[in-house]
Amino acid sequence: MKYISEFRRSELAEGLISHIQHSSKTPARFMEFCGGHTVTIFRYGIRQVLPETIEMVSGPGCPICVTANADLDKAIALAQIPGVIIATFGDMLKVPGSRSSLEKAKAEGAEVYTVYSTMDALKAAADNPDKPVVFLGIGFETTAPTVAASILQAGEQGIKNYYVLSLHKLCPPVIRALLDAGEVELQGLVCPGHVSTIIGSHPWEFIANEYGIPCVVSGFEPLDILQCVDMLVGQVEKGQSKVEIAYRRGVRPEGNRQALKLMEQVFEPAPARWRGIGEVADSGLKLRDKYKSFDAEANFTIEPGPVVEPAGCICGEILRGVKTPADCPLFGKTCLPESPVGPCMVSTEGSCSAYYLYGEGLGG
Amino acid sequence: MCLAIPVLIKSIEDKEAEAEIGGITRRISLWLTPEAKVGDYVLVHTGYAINILDQGQAEETLALLREIAEAEEAG
Repeated sequence: MKYISEFRRSELAEGLISHIQHSSKTPARFMEFCGGHTVTIFRYGIRQVLPETIEMVSGPGCPICVTANADLDKAIALAQIPGVIIATFGDMLKVPGSRSSLEKAKAEGAEVYTVYSTMDALKAAADNPDKPVVFLGIGFETTAPTVAASILQAGEQGIKNYYVLSLHKLCPPVIRALLDAGEVELQGLVCPGHVSTIIGSHPWEFIANEYGIPCVVSGFEPLDILQCVDMLVGQVEKGQSKVEIAYRRGVRPEGNRQALKLMEQVFEPAPARWRGIGEVADSGLKLRDKYKSFDAEANFTIEPGPVVEPAGCICGEILRGVKTPADCPLFGKTCLPESPVGPCMVSTEGSCSAYYLYGEGLGG
Repeated sequence: MCLAIPVLIKSIEDKEAEAEIGGITRRISLWLTPEAKVGDYVLVHTGYAINILDQGQAEETLALLREIAEAEEAG
């Protein structure tokens, strides 16, 4: 068992596709919350093999895409402080803020390190003891525990020049906000797999119980998505709404208790700004007072200037599932992967990037 | 962004491990999965093992998918 090729087998996919086609009678719109799921769906042409009864819409599950310009501007302003080293995941470099990007700031002399892990950021701090190293804490519940671990590790190792700008976001509160806004009607939710690896399946129960929407936690291989859709169709046809896990090898109902413990030790819930959605209570994480010495917000004077939104960009509506990239006048014209206007074209998991890469919505 | 891939743990030293994926070895952190053992497959996200993959559950899922495929083929 290698856990990859087994979940890409075509004969099993054909069985699931056939089962979905036989059992789906009721028109249903399912949202895949997670950008990673969007990528799997496009890469394997899953939309094309589903029956006409099923519509898949992409959700706001791309941490880079949902980072508000005000927060991007903060990260860029931090990078522009002389002597500060920024450590960040590579996807962040090209994302345009109000006036600049980390990539432009770097070209103008800012020290911006691309890292694969917070472990690399900690090493940069240890290697440069006379300079502050600020890690940009972008990511959902999957990533936040790794950042919590890095802060605890910095404490253990006596690294005093390591800081985190916490822009982390939590998924269940934003799904509630989307559903309460009432703009998009859903008959099923493909729940994010690796967020659920950490938080478990219980935090999704309010969606099934209070909103009557079937929920299935999915993995990221093509068979995972097809099995998830099959299970959602099963619930729709039986008139059920409950939380099920299609990704049992990777997700336990209770989640990862150690990861949750570290995350709760270091962070506390706080309001967060989401692009296109606005501020959502308790949907972010800030460092607890005990860890204030690692908090970039508390230790630097950050002056990002006024926020400017890109004219004509509809990333916000795309993230809410209200519009698709094909509805955007800039898509594939002035907004391209090499010169992105909005973040959904920058991140490989952004809807616009996936649509563009796989030729959807480009017309002609 | 929430990408995590299965890797095989080859050796463990304190809270770190050497892990292998497709013949490449890399160092990963076990801060979030202190119970991981040599020979386990773990899901790795940004250098951290976030879960030990459950082989029994994986086999059950595949068995279920085979049943669906066989039933569909039989019509």
